[in-house]
Amino acid sequence: MAKIVVDVMLKPEILDPQGNAVASALPRLGFSFAKSVRQGKRFEIEVEGEPTAAQLAEVEKAAEVLLSNPVIENYVVKVEK
Amino acid sequence: MRVGVITFPGTLDDRDAARAVVAGGSEAVSLWHADTDLKNVDAVILPGGFSYGDYLRCGAISRFAPVMQLVIEAAGKGMPVLGICNGFQVLCESHLLPGALTRNSDLHFLCRDQEIEIVNNTTPWTSSYKADEKIVIPLKNGEGSFQCDDTTLAELEGEGRIIARYVGQNPNGSRNLIAGITNARGNVVGLMPHPEHAINELTGPSAQGLGFFTSILNAMVK
Repeated sequence: MAKIVVDVMLKPEILDPQGNAVASALPRLGFSFAKSVRQGKRFEIEVEGEPTAAQLAEVEKAAEVLLSNPVIENYVVKVEK
Repeated sequence: MRVGVITFPGTLDDRDAARAVVAGGSEAVSLWHADTDLKNVDAVILPGGFSYGDYLRCGAISRFAPVMQLVIEAAGKGMPVLGICNGFQVLCESHLLPGALTRNSDLHFLCRDQEIEIVNNTTPWTSSYKADEKIVIPLKNGEGSFQCDDTTLAELEGEGRIIARYVGQNPNGSRNLIAGITNARGNVVGLMPHPEHAINELTGPSAQGLGFFTSILNAMVK
């Protein structure tokens, strides 16, 4: 069984208050590595067998129409074994 | 005049919106998200709340409700549509209005009386107000920060399509203090704060929200 993953992130120019809140919480806990944090969404979609090109095209369409809001978000579709 | 008020699963403010419609002099007609006809209404209100639990994104799932397909079609033909709060989010997700509503810049759910200025009083929902009239009505939301790209913002400003702005400090990070906008045709209006909660001084901060509901009657009678 393969997994199709859709990652949805706010566009870089859109303010991400949640990511900012995480970024400011990290140093309070002693983590000093973060210059900035952006928070997004990840969708894991299971399909039977290897995903076909047609299925991936459908997922792209769903990502455009439902899973993301193209006004404020970008998405990436990929396959994970 | 018959003004439809849509109830989605998770809508909160449909009763207050219907009361405000009646107080404004029209007949309120309840519409359900699964309805497949608009019951001959002359205008439609999408009230506030948390339709479909705000899952995925606010308004993202409501947009695909059967009744919304009818609203989108009717709006295209010029029917007046008002989306308040969650209704505004649904209108943006439906692409009836440009831009999107995102998380308040300080992350807090705000619930307070907010002063706004009506900067466009030519829409069917704002004609009862004087130009630049300031009113105080409740603002209550977690995702009320209006965002859009620079081109869209310039269009909204240039075409007078911002209908209301917040007065004073920006409550939620909305670009250019935008509290409400309209589409190019002027029949579809989205507003973040809640005029339906301010139609009577006994239960609201003022009765200054009533103008939205008297406006629609005037627009229809003309």
